[in-house]
Amino acid sequence: MSVTDLVEGVLSQKRRYLARLISLIEDEDNHALEALSLLYKHTGRSHIIGVTGPPGSGKSSLVTKLTAEFRKRSKTIGIVCVDPSSPFTGGALLGDRIRMQEHSLDDDVFVRSMGTRGHLGGLARTTSDAVKAIDAFGKDIIFVETVGAGQSEVEVVDVAHTVLVTDVPGSGDDIQAIKAGIMEIADIFVVNKSDLPGADKKATEINAMLDIDPRERTWRPPVVLTNSRTGDGIPELVETILAHLKHLKETGLWKMKGLQRSRDELQELMKYKLTKELSQKLQGKPEYEKAIELIAKRETDPYTVAEKLIAEFLFSESR
Amino acid sequence: MSSSKKIRVLVAKPGLDGHDRGAKIVARALRDAGMEVIYTGLRQTPEMVVRAAMDEGVHCIGLSILSGAHNALFPKIMELLKAEGVDDVLVVGGGIIPEDDIPGLKEAGIGEIFGPGTPLDEIVEYIRNNVKI
Ligand code: B12
Ligand SMILES: Nc1nc2c(ncn2[C@@H]2O[C@H](COP(=O)(O)OP(=O)(O)OP(=O)(O)O)[C@@H](O)[C@H]2O)c(=O)[nH]1
Ligand SMILES: [Mg+2]
Repeated sequence: MSVTDLVEGVLSQKRRYLARLISLIEDEDNHALEALSLLYKHTGRSHIIGVTGPPGSGKSSLVTKLTAEFRKRSKTIGIVCVDPSSPFTGGALLGDRIRMQEHSLDDDVFVRSMGTRGHLGGLARTTSDAVKAIDAFGKDIIFVETVGAGQSEVEVVDVAHTVLVTDVPGSGDDIQAIKAGIMEIADIFVVNKSDLPGADKKATEINAMLDIDPRERTWRPPVVLTNSRTGDGIPELVETILAHLKHLKETGLWKMKGLQRSRDELQELMKYKLTKELSQKLQGKPEYEKAIELIAKRETDPYTVAEKLIAEFLFSESR
Repeated sequence: MSSSKKIRVLVAKPGLDGHDRGAKIVARALRDAGMEVIYTGLRQTPEMVVRAAMDEGVHCIGLSILSGAHNALFPKIMELLKAEGVDDVLVVGGGIIPEDDIPGLKEAGIGEIFGPGTPLDEIVEYIRNNVKI
């Protein structure tokens, strides 16, 4: 499959090509970058909704119900579910799809599972590129389900326009289950499993916490109660999501986020490329190894050497 | 950079039987062998199995049946894969499958069948050696 075939296949909405492209993205194959570079101008249209929260809080079930509700409104859907890879074996059990069976034969729903492959932050390193591929394919809405999150799994905020943070009733008397980090990235709080006792109490606690949030902002995250088994509260949640989207567009935040994202992305890519080129150039070179020895012996220091090597690299003409 | 290439396997239970112990044990063993395993749960129709395998970009489909419906379901899945033009995915099966049925299933394109008591290492090895990756 050539890169041109791949790109044309994705743009003409052949899901096999999309699946293939995401595999190449995950394997960090160079063809993936070529394809993404051609597809880039076709991205930026999907509304990307992140779903994060403690393990077992009902993220996959919620995405399934939201998908059903958006499908009633004729929206097409992409779903990326991320589960942790074992740091020891690299293997992963990707089980979110079990909850999504009701959409398994819907041509307008595309579900893809990803292992984190050693990346921290709640997503895989390549999740944002996989999302881009689905965006170019033309899905209206893309859900990104993170690994069951604690406090440091906040990377979804860099990928999504709207972040849902899920929690469940009775998960600790104070606001234990949703930890500081992920609380701060919520655009909407979802108290899922509203059929269990304590749902209202949980909502009150979250609201009380929002009352003392010192940050100045134009959007106060609403708290929505849902039952992802019966679908109670799901239409209300969809309305809240749409209200958030409207808010992003009306306040110019949508544009600002886009700009910020492009900046971060470019910087990230340059950093990655530069590091790679630099180390390719230096690895194994006798002067380089010698310098390392001298640093170890304290005859010179890493600060000076780094300055010098980078200056030489940047100004060398042979590159 | 192909260093990060991973074997991806779909473990599915087509048909109506609820015996999922074997499928889960095999799924875990493949994970522990470093593979990415997508487990889709019980009661999968052949169409669902093929759709999930294609969207997930798997290199191998592992089917588990203990109800006796293998002679209908396995060939049906192979047929659907062929109709979609998928010819680079290894398909293996396990569960309660009489010896006599195995040649016919292999004829239909199933790579190997593993019965009760198969050591998990044997399954891992077979998949590792036979996927096209
Ligand atoms: C445990 C069991 C149950 C449990 C299942 C619990 C569960 N969640 O799995 C319960 C009690 C619920 C149950 C119920 C029934 N059972 Co039952 N059950 C068994 C039993 C005793 C063991 C199965 C088992 O778990 N083995 C352990 C696992 C690890 O082994 P395994 O599944 O064979 O997997 C190995 C290999 O086959 C292979 N493998 C399996 N899957 C896969 C997949 C891949 C990809 C690969 C590579 C390999 C592979 O690798 C595994 C490791 O070696 C078997 C008899 C037997 N000895 O097999 C009967 C058996 C399967 N049951 C049988 C029957 C009839 C039933 C019932 C219909 C009984 C009834 N009348 O109510 C119900 C149906 C339930 C349903 N909804 O489908 C029959 C099936 C007959 C047939 N196929 O012709 C059997 C064979 C008993 C018999 N001799 O009659 N059962
Ligand atoms: N009572 C009740 N149970 C629910 C509800 N939503 C989900 N569950 C159950 O909670 C369990 C976990 O649901 P999942 O959707 O898999 O949760 P998750 O957050 O995706 O889990 P991980 O991906 O493993 O972190 C399942 O048994 C669901 O059936 C709900 O609203 N009420
Ligand atoms: Mg989940």
